Amino acid sequence: MQNHYPLWKNILILAVFFVSAIYALPNLYGNDPSVQVSPQHSEKLDLEQANKIESAIKAAGAAVKAFEYKDDRVLARFNNTDDQIKVADLLRDQMGGNYTVALNLAPATPAWLDALGAKAMYLGLDLRGGVHFLMEVDMDAAVKQAEDRYNDDVRQALREAKIRYQAVSKEGVRIKVKLNSADDRAAAAGLLARDFPGLDITDTEAQDEILLAMSEKEVREIKKNAVGQNITTLRNRVNELGVAEPVIQQQGENRIVVQLPGVQDTARAKEILGTTATLEYRLVDTEHDVQNAVEGHVPAGSRLYYEKNGNPILLDRRIIVTGDQIVDASSGMDQDGRPAVFITLNGAGASKMGKVTQDNVGKPMAVVFIEYKVDTKVVDGQKVRTKQKVEKVISVATIQGVFSKRFQTTGLDGAGEARNLALLLRAGSLAAPVDIVEERTVGPSLGQENIAKGINSNVYGFLTITLFMIVYYRLFGVFSVVALGVNVLLLVAVLSLLQATLTLPGMAGIALTVGMAIDANVLINERIREELRIGMTPHAAIYAGYERAFATILDSNITTLIAGIALFMLGSGPIRGFALVLCIGILTSMFSAVLVSRALVNGVYGWRRKLDKLAI
Amino acid sequence: MEFFKIKRDIPFMRYGRVTTTISLVTFILAILALSFKGLNLGLDFTGGIQIEVRYDQPANLETVRKILEDQKLTEFSVQNIGSVKNVLIRLPMKPEINNARLSEMVLAKLKEQDAGVVLRSVEFVGPQVGQELFESGGLALMLVVAGIMAYLAVRFEWRFALAAIIANMHDIVIILGMFAFFQWEFTLPVLAGVLAILGYSVNESVVVFDRVRENFHLMRNTSVPDMIDNAITATMSRTVITHFMTQLMVLAMFFFGGEALHNFALALTIGIVFGIYSSVLVASPILLWLGVSRQDLMVKKESVEIDNLP
Repeated sequence: MQNHYPLWKNILILAVFFVSAIYALPNLYGNDPSVQVSPQHSEKLDLEQANKIESAIKAAGAAVKAFEYKDDRVLARFNNTDDQIKVADLLRDQMGGNYTVALNLAPATPAWLDALGAKAMYLGLDLRGGVHFLMEVDMDAAVKQAEDRYNDDVRQALREAKIRYQAVSKEGVRIKVKLNSADDRAAAAGLLARDFPGLDITDTEAQDEILLAMSEKEVREIKKNAVGQNITTLRNRVNELGVAEPVIQQQGENRIVVQLPGVQDTARAKEILGTTATLEYRLVDTEHDVQNAVEGHVPAGSRLYYEKNGNPILLDRRIIVTGDQIVDASSGMDQDGRPAVFITLNGAGASKMGKVTQDNVGKPMAVVFIEYKVDTKVVDGQKVRTKQKVEKVISVATIQGVFSKRFQTTGLDGAGEARNLALLLRAGSLAAPVDIVEERTVGPSLGQENIAKGINSNVYGFLTITLFMIVYYRLFGVFSVVALGVNVLLLVAVLSLLQATLTLPGMAGIALTVGMAIDANVLINERIREELRIGMTPHAAIYAGYERAFATILDSNITTLIAGIALFMLGSGPIRGFALVLCIGILTSMFSAVLVSRALVNGVYGWRRKLDKLAI
Repeated sequence: MEFFKIKRDIPFMRYGRVTTTISLVTFILAILALSFKGLNLGLDFTGGIQIEVRYDQPANLETVRKILEDQKLTEFSVQNIGSVKNVLIRLPMKPEINNARLSEMVLAKLKEQDAGVVLRSVEFVGPQVGQELFESGGLALMLVVAGIMAYLAVRFEWRFALAAIIANMHDIVIILGMFAFFQWEFTLPVLAGVLAILGYSVNESVVVFDRVRENFHLMRNTSVPDMIDNAITATMSRTVITHFMTQLMVLAMFFFGGEALHNFALALTIGIVFGIYSSVLVASPILLWLGVSRQDLMVKKESVEIDNLP
């Protein structure tokens, strides 16, 4: 019996077919537009809250498809995006700042499939709509900020140790400390070596000078931390924005990928992610003359700033608290109806603020709003980035009484600015400015269209191939088409199991794989015809056809696989998706073209002892 | 049904000189197109901004242009895409504007003029990112070539590997040449298509070579050119049918896949058409000239694993 598969082989093929059918199934159900409510920080979302949310939605008159409450979060599914957006806006207003309300596309997979671990493929941004940013962390700025920080810290340390110095100034990448005498230098060197392990100390010709520079290790550390801290901050900000399933990953040494599926308001997303806004609180220098400073004689302990209206103002060099020490911030109105940000400081910040306000009641304090604006210019083909640190004094107020942990800041340009600033302060500031070097936004309607395009390409292509194969190869054409169908099923199942991200190029990959997979069956069928032509018996022809074609199939597929792997290794984003589909598609087609079609042939012809003709 | 009932072997090798001359001419033309016209690189590689918007009635392109001019923008292009309601705006990198914000500004201005305008997509690629993509694409190309050559050298013999890869590069250069000549936009998906063709087009050469190897074993008293003729003739039907199938799929993409897959399908089409030609009429003559002989393959035993498979 040449053309007979043992029972185990048939069972195996059937089992593979059923398993792949189950795992490919979830992709047919699509997604429900949903709203997800989850608690922030230490908040809890208990059953009572969940019930409240449910009744609020019902009151709004939106038709809820399903309402789920588990693991401290609520998910409400809707039939259309209008209801979804309506409810999301409503809940955002009602729930206040302690909960994150996010739009989500929740897979509508039935429970029994879910229990089996069958999940739909994750749709890429080009299919579901959303934004993709590639951001570059400005390492030079991160290093420069660290230098500035050291500069201040060194000054502070010397002052606290009562070592007198003439000047601490930056010279390029180094800090020069000028002291009064050689003895002081020895004392200062000892102190700095002990307190600042990250600085390398070198002596100069002059008896009373020390040069400090950050060690290589320190610089490396700073760069690593800058990216790490930026990722944390971006993640906080994205959570604040209320985005479901965001992707925030480091890419390469200094880049961060941020993907926000389903985000509609890209302008706001960009603003929130990209800004490096923060606040500083400083005392106003009331002892010196501002006019003198404007003319260029800024006193040593102060810095010249400008208010929003353009008036110059002198502020103390020393910062009372910075944005980093803010643990919570919310926006609202003060008693006079002006937009305000209500701020809560951490322990260190609170004690410092308490001390300063106690010593300075009746004196003015200023709030400085700091923002890094990055402009990229291309000069002679070279990318030149100019970074401006824009510092504005947004409010000057007299300290009325002692406050420490909680207080408010006014002087903002409107409720919107207050809201954004509060969000930024809550989420922490970026360790270093970021630059958006790539942005791709896909509107939701385009996403829907892209899905349709991908599916149409596949369906119409498959149908024409089916038609041709059956006309040209008759029954063997039917076998081939069934094998091809199993191949698509298997491919989708594997991709779903891997939880691969499906993109439009990925769908093109499926179509291309189908087109290429048929090659194996054509090879086999042609070979069988050839063997029949040279006078072999039908059984021998089938046997020889499969046998001989296999070596060829293996060879020709491996070369395509090599191309696919190279694409996968070096490709980015959607192209990677295409490559993955190509590689897996080749593997599944080897299985289906050879085993599945052979099983069918054996099933139809294998048991016939006397075989005169083949329908090929 | 059968299209190819060829009784006698077609003497392909006799025309080897002619076919390779034709190839050489197209190849040179492609190189010329590439060097004089260059590829019309898409946004992915050059960097820049591309905004697609949709109006709820046929868009007035002049109005859009006017709005852009009012913003002191230059060197932009405004065109319909897919339908009269969809407008594609392209802006080059502006040295004096923060590019990441430019798209928002443009959209805001368009909305001022017509509130019904909907954003469909924005793509902004920094020049550096584009450059990197270009480099990694080139690297991928080399990797594929090296990988395929190594595989074929092991599986067959170095002459086969060289012949197949030359034929293959010839396809790739012709695709690129066509894109340069017609100034079709060369985007990231097109590059992916080109690389896929690189793997796919080798198939033909491999199928023919497989047959050549088989013939070396079977047709003891035949000359090498005749043997190659026989291999090509025998695999002819398979080559054409297979490609026809793949082409059906590619055509489906071309017609139904929309703007995004249009050029991808175009690249594949050229690759498929020339793939047939080169595998038959370029790879084999080269193989012949490289002086392939029976001994080259006799040394290697057929690997055992192949015999035990279904």
